[in-house]
Amino acid sequence: MIKVFHIYIGLFVIFISYSIVIYTTPLFLDGNNNINNNLAIDGRLVWQKYNCQSCHQLYSLGGYLGPDLTNQLSKENGELILKNIVQSGTGAMPKFNLSDTEMLSLIEFLKHTNETGKADLRQFKPNIDGTITKK
Amino acid sequence: MKLRETIEKNYLRLALFMLVLGLLFGVLSAQIYLFPNFLRAEIGFQSLRPLHVSSVMFWILIGASGAIYSCFKSIGIVYYSKHLASLQLLFWMIAIAGIFYCYKYKSFGGREYWEFNPIWALPIAGGWVIFIVNFFKVVKHIKTWPVYVWMWMTGILVFMFTFIENYLWVFPYFRSNFITDMTMQWKVNGSLVGAWNQLLYGASFYLMEKISNNSKVAQSKLAFIMFFIGLTNLMFNWSHHIYSLPTAQYIRHVGYIVSMTEWIFLIKIIYNWKSTVNEVQKHFHYLPYRFLMMMDVWVFINLFQAILMSIPAINIYTHGTHVTVAHAMGTTIGINSMILFAVCCEFLIPNDNFTIAKNKLFTIAFWGTQISLFVFWIVLNTIGIQKGIWQQSVTQIPFSKMMVSLRPYFLVFSVSGTALMLFMIVIVFFILKISFKKN
Repeated sequence: MIKVFHIYIGLFVIFISYSIVIYTTPLFLDGNNNINNNLAIDGRLVWQKYNCQSCHQLYSLGGYLGPDLTNQLSKENGELILKNIVQSGTGAMPKFNLSDTEMLSLIEFLKHTNETGKADLRQFKPNIDGTITKK
Repeated sequence: MKLRETIEKNYLRLALFMLVLGLLFGVLSAQIYLFPNFLRAEIGFQSLRPLHVSSVMFWILIGASGAIYSCFKSIGIVYYSKHLASLQLLFWMIAIAGIFYCYKYKSFGGREYWEFNPIWALPIAGGWVIFIVNFFKVVKHIKTWPVYVWMWMTGILVFMFTFIENYLWVFPYFRSNFITDMTMQWKVNGSLVGAWNQLLYGASFYLMEKISNNSKVAQSKLAFIMFFIGLTNLMFNWSHHIYSLPTAQYIRHVGYIVSMTEWIFLIKIIYNWKSTVNEVQKHFHYLPYRFLMMMDVWVFINLFQAILMSIPAINIYTHGTHVTVAHAMGTTIGINSMILFAVCCEFLIPNDNFTIAKNKLFTIAFWGTQISLFVFWIVLNTIGIQKGIWQQSVTQIPFSKMMVSLRPYFLVFSVSGTALMLFMIVIVFFILKISFKKN
């Protein structure tokens, strides 16, 4: 029982330490992934307010009904298409009545996600040991 | 007064009701893949998906709490307060009502997987604190803890920790870095699943002990080794969800290495246990035994899939596809729900197991559930593989065209999902009908 207790506490200490390392990661980064634009920070909340995640993905994480939007703004006319679909709706997607500020914030947020990297899984090459590396 | 006296049973009954809601919302959501305008004006996928997820989450959480209270009662250590247990359930019923009301009026939390307006996290957390108090009121009286008590304690504590972590995004610091925010979101999702698995596997261990009449299984070295492997996975394997996220490399490596140790010992324990059950015991606990045996089969299937999906080189073909959904459905229905059905049969209808098992309609529903789930699982994997091929193709057709090409598969998905719902509702109906008749 005592041995079990010690292993148990040890694992919890490692788990909490690992969590703290993850929480503090942004403090040690060069700032590339930090959202420095207030509009983009608000845009993250607009994304959440309308529950975009229920249908769409960011880095292939999210719902499966609509496409991944991480790099939507790097596509040809990406911003225009996004605005039109949000305002008019299409297929299963309802029409959303976003205010001008909300739309602007959402676009800024998606500009930011676009700058953090590529969500395209074709960029990875599988290795013999089961890991992946960028091509 | 009577409601409080039978509080353990009321947890299980409410959990079954939440399962029925979860199944209904799931089937309605599935229709949108075939008919995009279906319920679009009335409610839409935007609300249906969280309604489905939240109902199923409450099926698991209320069911797991009811299972633990019922196990304590069955062991004969009823040191928990029934007043507190009733208050806990009341808190969660308030949360359910509030969350559903908010979905109806499009007020969301907008996070991935289990999302709701953050205000409703307060009654859920309040109820969970009560659960912690009640749990420790009991276990302090147990001298040597069997492995399932450790599993329950782990599930209860990790759930609380992770649930709080899930709301760190409300502080600007935690959402000011998008990649870290995504990393934390999936750390939470992974650990929450691990936490409720500990609660449910603990309950299944208790049932195994009871059915086999062999208390050594839950005290064995092997059981504890398996438990610690499970705990390590719960804490560190979550990063297999985010291999493609541009986060630190070491996070991915930790997830990959830890994931490879997953589940193996659990299979061994269950295999050992199965051989110790004699015929008399099987007949006495006929339905729980049958549900646990099916759980065993689903563990094998999902274990195989989980290990494959945790290998990054394979994960890049399955990530962001319905293969992930197939795995989620296979584990939630095939493993978690089978354990909870076993618990409900053991504690809600203990004396009617064999009579029900002989009922033709129940037998059809039991096997219908397994077969329709298998078809459902296969078709989701097929859809996922098709999407995976699309994701990796050099010349991608537009997303909408790819989705249209999957319509025949979505039809099978919808039909098998509807069949699954109907068969499971029949099982729920049998359990609830007899459970209420006895009272």
